[in-house]
Formats: sequence, C-alpha cells, structure tokens
Amino acid sequence: MKKFRVVIIGAGIVGASIARILSMYENFDVVIVEKEPDVGWGVSKANTSIIHPGHEEDPNKYPLRAKLCVKGNQMWRTWAEELEIPVKWPGELMVFTNEDEEKQAREYIKLAQLNGVPGVRVVYGEELRFLEPSIGDDAKGAVYAPTAGVISPFEAVIAIVENAVENGAKLLTEAEVTGIRVYNSTVKGVETTQGFVEADIVINAAGLYADKISHLAGVELDFYIRPRKGEYILFDENIEPKPLKILHTVPTHITKGVYAITTVHGNVLIGPTAEDLPLEARDDASTSVKGLDYVYREATKLLKKLPPKSKIIRTFAGLRPEPPNGQWLIKAYSNPWGFVNVAGIRSPGLTAAPAIAEYVVELVANTYDVKLIRKGSWNPYRHDITRLSGKSLSEIDDLIRKNPDYGEIVCYCKMVSKAEVLEAIDRMMKIGIKTITLDGLKFRIYTGFGKCQGSFCRWRVAKVVSDKLSIPYYDVVVKKSSYGIGEIKILWSKKVGEENEVSKV
Amino acid sequence: MKFLKYDTVIIGGGPAGIAAAIKATELGLKPILVENRDLLGGIPLQCIHPGFGLHYFREDLTGTQFITRLLDKLESLKVEYLLRAHVHSIEYIDYDKKLVNVITPQGVMRIYAKTIIYATGARERHIFEIGVVGDRPDGIYTAGEAQTLMDIYGVLPGKEIVIIGSGDVGLIMARRFTLEGAKVKAVVEILPYPGGLMRNILQCLVDFNIPLLLQHTVVRIVGRKRVEKVVVAKVDENLRPIDGTEFEIPCDTVVVSAGLRPNIDLLEKLGVVVDPSTGGPVVNEYLETSIPGVFVAGNALVINDLVDYAVEQGEIAAEGAKVFVDNGGMPTKNWKYVKKGRNIRLVVPQMIGGERDVVIYARVAQPERNVFVEIPELNFRMFHFGVRPAEMIRFKIGRNILNKINENADKITIQVKPR
Repeated sequence: MKKFRVVIIGAGIVGASIARILSMYENFDVVIVEKEPDVGWGVSKANTSIIHPGHEEDPNKYPLRAKLCVKGNQMWRTWAEELEIPVKWPGELMVFTNEDEEKQAREYIKLAQLNGVPGVRVVYGEELRFLEPSIGDDAKGAVYAPTAGVISPFEAVIAIVENAVENGAKLLTEAEVTGIRVYNSTVKGVETTQGFVEADIVINAAGLYADKISHLAGVELDFYIRPRKGEYILFDENIEPKPLKILHTVPTHITKGVYAITTVHGNVLIGPTAEDLPLEARDDASTSVKGLDYVYREATKLLKKLPPKSKIIRTFAGLRPEPPNGQWLIKAYSNPWGFVNVAGIRSPGLTAAPAIAEYVVELVANTYDVKLIRKGSWNPYRHDITRLSGKSLSEIDDLIRKNPDYGEIVCYCKMVSKAEVLEAIDRMMKIGIKTITLDGLKFRIYTGFGKCQGSFCRWRVAKVVSDKLSIPYYDVVVKKSSYGIGEIKILWSKKVGEENEVSKV
Repeated sequence: MKFLKYDTVIIGGGPAGIAAAIKATELGLKPILVENRDLLGGIPLQCIHPGFGLHYFREDLTGTQFITRLLDKLESLKVEYLLRAHVHSIEYIDYDKKLVNVITPQGVMRIYAKTIIYATGARERHIFEIGVVGDRPDGIYTAGEAQTLMDIYGVLPGKEIVIIGSGDVGLIMARRFTLEGAKVKAVVEILPYPGGLMRNILQCLVDFNIPLLLQHTVVRIVGRKRVEKVVVAKVDENLRPIDGTEFEIPCDTVVVSAGLRPNIDLLEKLGVVVDPSTGGPVVNEYLETSIPGVFVAGNALVINDLVDYAVEQGEIAAEGAKVFVDNGGMPTKNWKYVKKGRNIRLVVPQMIGGERDVVIYARVAQPERNVFVEIPELNFRMFHFGVRPAEMIRFKIGRNILNKINENADKITIQVKPR
C-alpha cells in the first residue's frame, strides 16, 4: 500500500469532517480507516440528530466545547447546503413545567449570552402554544433557542465522505486498527486487519474506541471512555400532531433531557435515555423495556398527545462516548510525534464536527509545522442521490423516460425505485466500500425505513444487489451477516448426498 | 404521461383483485387491474402448501394451483392489467370520478375511473411493533419474508429457528423449515391459545414435533452480528412476563409471525373512516368505504384466514362497483349499523342497507364451546360447536330475513351466546 500523509482512524462524523477539511489542501494524502463495512456506523448512526444552538455549553467549564458548538452550528448551514444533506432549522424549546425547572432553564439564557448564541429567550403561555401547538398541557414555559436544527446524521457522514473522496481522500473499510507503529518516538502508521497503512500523521477519531487507540499509541494511558447508552422510539410518519420545533425537557447533570422531534424524514422521534455502561460494553446497543418505558413517559411531558404505541415502527439504542469530566480530548502530541487525539467527543459532537475538523487541522498545521496550501481544484459540492420522493408526477415521468428503472418501485413505503438502489450501490463502490450491505443502502435511500420495516422490500433490494454484483442471492449481506445461509436445493443435495454416500461407493 | 379511462380501477393483483376483475368483466364493466409486482397472483404465488380453495372450488389446492385457476379465467376474459405498476396516489375528483396515478417503467399513467376497488392486501407486523427488545442483529425475518425467500428464491434463511407468534404463515413456515432440514426450536405465543387455524397447528407443528409455547413471550433477543439466542419468559394473565421464569433458546434466526395489518395507506390519505377493530376501512354490504365509489376487498378490508373469503369479497366489491356505475352511486337510503355484541371482536360489514343478501364476517374475542351466533333483532340464530379468534365466522343473511327488521331500527347486533 502506498504511503499517506495522514491516516484518520474512524469514519464517523468527526473523522469524515477532518478528512473533508484536509482534502481542501495540497499535499494531504488522506486515508480514513474504518473497522465497519460502511461509514457512520458507530456513534454517528444513532443519536438525537440535533444541531445544538450552543446555549447549553458552559464556557467556563468547557470552553472548547462551547466555542466549537456555536461555530459548528453556523458551519452546518453551509455544509448541509454544499453537500445536500437533509437538514431543517426549526429552533428548539427547552420546556419547563415548574418553578425549579424554570430557574434551571433560565440559566441557559445567561450561557447563551456568554456564548453569543442569538435569540435565546424565555416564552410563556400563549406565545409558547403559538410557537408549538402540539406542546403538552403541563408546560409552563420554555427557553426558546431559534438557531437549533435537525439533521440526518448518517447521511451527513455519507455526504461528507463522498465529498472528501471526490477531493482525493481514500477510505479503507473493514480495517480494524490493531496497532500504532511508532519508531524513534515518531508515528509511522497504523497496523490494521488489512495490513499496514503507512502515514506521517495519525488522527484518532475512533469514537467509542478512541481510548483504546490512544493507549495503542502509548499516550493518555489513564484516559477511558465510558459508553453511555441512549434508547429511542421512532414513530411512523403518518401521525398527528407532529412537533414543529425541537422539544426537550430541562437537562440534568448527565443528560440533555428527553427530546421529542420530527426528524428530517418526517418521523417523530423521542428519546434518549442516559445509562452508563461498563467500559467493555461498547457494542451493547440493546434496548430494554425499562428504557423505552422511561422515554415514553418523559415524552408525555412534552407533547399534548403522544402517538399510540401501535404507531411505533422502530426502537433502537445508540452509544455516546463519555470522556472523564465531560472534557473532549483534542491534542496533537510531540511524543509520539504525529499522533493526534480527537477523543471523547460526546454531545454536542455532531453539532461541532465541522468546527472540530477545522480546529484539528489548524492544530496539526501548527504543531507539526505544516504549511496549508489551498487546492485550486477543491470541489465543495456533492449532489444527493436522485430520488422520486418529493417529485411531481411530470418530473417522475421525465426521469422514467430517461431511465425506466425509475419506474420500477422496490420500496413501497418510501417509494424508492430500482434506479435509486443502483445509484446508491455505485456511490458505495465509488467511495471504496467493499461490502454492499442492505443496511448501507437503507441509510442512503431509505429502503426499509418505512412502516413495514423492510418486510416488503428487503428481498427486492437484495435481488437488485445480487444481480448487480453477480453474487449469490443468499450471500447478500444485511448488516453483518448474510441474508440466507444457502440455496435450498444445494442444501438438499448435500443432505441427500450424505445419506447416499454408502450406496454411491 | 398517459391518460386512461375505465369504469373501475382495481388496485392489487392478488386473489381479491383478480376475483374483482373477473367479476367486474362478467358484469359488463370495463376494469383495469393494477399490480406492483412483475406478475399477477399476489401472495398465493409463494404458497406451495395445500389448503386453498376448499370453499370456493370445493377442492384442496395449493396456493399456486388456486391462483392459476383464477388467472386462467382472467386471461380468457382478456381483462386489461398493468404490471410493475406502483400506485403513487389516488385523487377524489367528484362523486363519480376518481383519479389513480400510477408509476410504471413505461412512464406515469393517470387513470380516471368511476369506481376503485382497493385490494392491496396486508402487511406483516414486525419485531418492533410487537415490542420485542434487546439487540437488533441480522437473522430476524417476518414469516412472509422468510416464505418469499424459501418458496420464490429457494433460499434457506437460517438453521436454528425460533418463531414468535403462532399466526398461520409462521406455522406453515415452521413446517417448511423442518422439511428443508432446519430445526424449529419453538413457536412462542403470548396468548393462551394459538393464533392460527387449528388445521395448521396439527399439520405443521404437532405432526413435526415442534413445541408450541403458549402464554410465553420473547423478552429479549441476543446477538451482536447475527441472532445468537432469545430469552423467553412465561406471562401472567395481563401478558406481562413473570420474573424468574426466563429461559434461553439458542438459535440463529427469529421469525416473526404476529399477525397482519390491512395495508390501506392510500385510503387513509384519501380520508376513509377506519375501523380500529379490523384495521381496515368501515364498509357497507357492497364493501364500499366511507368514500362513495371506493370499494375494498381481501386482506385490505379485514384479515382473512382463507383465500376463499378474499375472493368472495373481491366479487362482492365488483358487484358493488356495478351497482354504483349503473345508478351513479349507491341507491340505498337507510343504513343500519352493525353492533358488536357479546364476544365479538370484529365484524364486517359495519353498515347494512338490506337490499341484498349480506355476507357477514366476524371474529370472536375469546374461544368458546357450544355457542349460538345470534342476531336478536332478526331472530337469527346459528349453532357452533366451538368458536376461536383465529377462525373467522362467516355466514350469509338472506334479503328476506333482513326485510323483517323494523324500518326505523338503526342497528343490528351480532353476538355469541352460550347454548
């Protein structure tokens, strides 16, 4: 494998954003190594999807978090537009139901002023109900932060990686880092399950595993990331009423409160819980009756009418990387020279990601005395997949005339055509994904995202993948395992063969 | 874009839709059948097991045989149909004018019609809808999806299988898995009685020594990549798991067979009144919904346990469409509401005019033995040895009986009473 200037460990929102910023400059051969088959499958995939305004960050305790959150919020406006990432900016209401909560909530107005977050104020009664007709009857008032947004986090990672690759970055999936090679107190690259990747600078953006990577590099040996679990409930899009704004309860010392939002895809999402897991439980994204009940109960404080449980289409959990004392660990080391930690990026990491990326690139440039030269050819734009959804009948007709695959609908709930599946596969291959997974397609084109959760479309999409890649149908990978275990007739002939073995001889 | 015009657009090329198309043609209407898959036939295409047609053809056929007979008839009548046609939307333009917008590989078709027969079938309840928690690994399928994989594509989903719910498709798949050499470790049913037909319990489970765990539920699925095991517990009378009764069943595959829901998204968008007990639209005896000229048949109307009923409903809907087209609407003046009496969970139709013979479909809430199914207002009474929620009660009330009811009565009651 060729030598790179920079290797980024982890294709989550942070790693991807750093790759995008680096791809703006000359002389930065970048490779992202990712242990999963696709990008954004760790922390970035399952979270509340909020772009925070920055009024919840205490600049005295967490100056970096506060600064980068506010800046990240601004940067997303540009990034989402350049990269065609689904986003909306409804603003948020931190809802209080009694005087104690009101007092706590009002503290955030002060933080907003310190952080320079515009428009944060308290609203009561009629104005509150005017701003949010679906708000619960118990709501006394709310702290209104108009700059809050909601984004599609997994599509954001996909879009950013696509753009970074377009601008020269590489992606190496299914490559788990097993070691950091250091020689003469200088990093030389990373050992992965796919071989050695040589590089001058190693940026650790490994999310939940960033402490382990740091330890492999021999730094921050007492730094441990605690997985904090959040469980969520997702409702069908076909419900009323949907909250217009981002609603949440008043934060406590460990959580930002339970949210009720309408996602960019039109589903109502409530959650999360906040449960600290043992250090080694970093792949435990299981849901629990207790957790989901808690989420449902808390959300009744926010909404006048919570959708019935029969409208739940999915429940899931995500893990957030919780660093010691809530402090992000962003540091470029001189020993080993070339190793950079971007670790413990807990909330508001999604919001801050573009700003973190800028900060990290400046840090790298300053620490390792790299001259940043802008590429003349850098392309800031990435176009989203051409989708039928949202188009008029005549636009759809035009698309079909050019390509009849648009006229073949494979996913009914989300009206996704075969052409979209094929485009998503092409894009996955283009960024260097080795295994085309049905989950990867789901995050790109929403097949299986609807109320049937794939029972109508999964086998159709798998068929398109099987045909396109010329692989056996049963071998198509869902998430991490194959769709089937084999063909019935082959299994039968094996079985019959075994039984007839004696007679054959 | 192409603009087309028909008397009736039939949406869904499964048994109910095909039967409606045949009947409509026989009655002299000009129908078009719209199907989203690349061939007509619907779910019976993947039903290679017998048990079809005992009522309708008075023969025991497989699903494929059953549907072939209907398709042969459809072809002989030269009914027009569109394949790979996805209905994008339905617009209600006027009392006798509806517009169905369809996406096909040939382009967008805009079909104007006086009536619509909606026969889009059902969708399956999935793992998240039945509240199962735990990990979300690969290896979880709905029973219908597993059936598609095995009986259309010849793919075996897994080796060691636990089936959640005892719906008919799940029971039939339990037998199929076993025949293909996989091991079905258990069928787990939360209720005290099975969800599927008794004949399927016997022919698919008992005959193959597959354990049926009644009053049990899967409390958790465990597996990081693929399913590794399920944790099962006994439930109390409120269907809540009883602490301390948990045990594990190692398996690589979970199949969910927890019932079906009528697939009526487009009708809901159109604003039909939905009956919460059936999950389908409220209809009158012509199977007309609350929107004039829009009819519904098959599993989109009510979840049937026999394909024969779906076919019958398709025919009734076509007769309704004929009445609507001929009269510029339904001539009935006086609808009577059908009330659910003792031990009746659902009933179709929900409104009766009484100008024609009416086929009533009902389900009980609880199993019961030695009962009468009654309509007190009509002095109608019918003996049953036993009624079960899984087995639909179907009977016909003649127009002559319905005529006897007092004209001012606003309802009739269906009820089950012990003998």
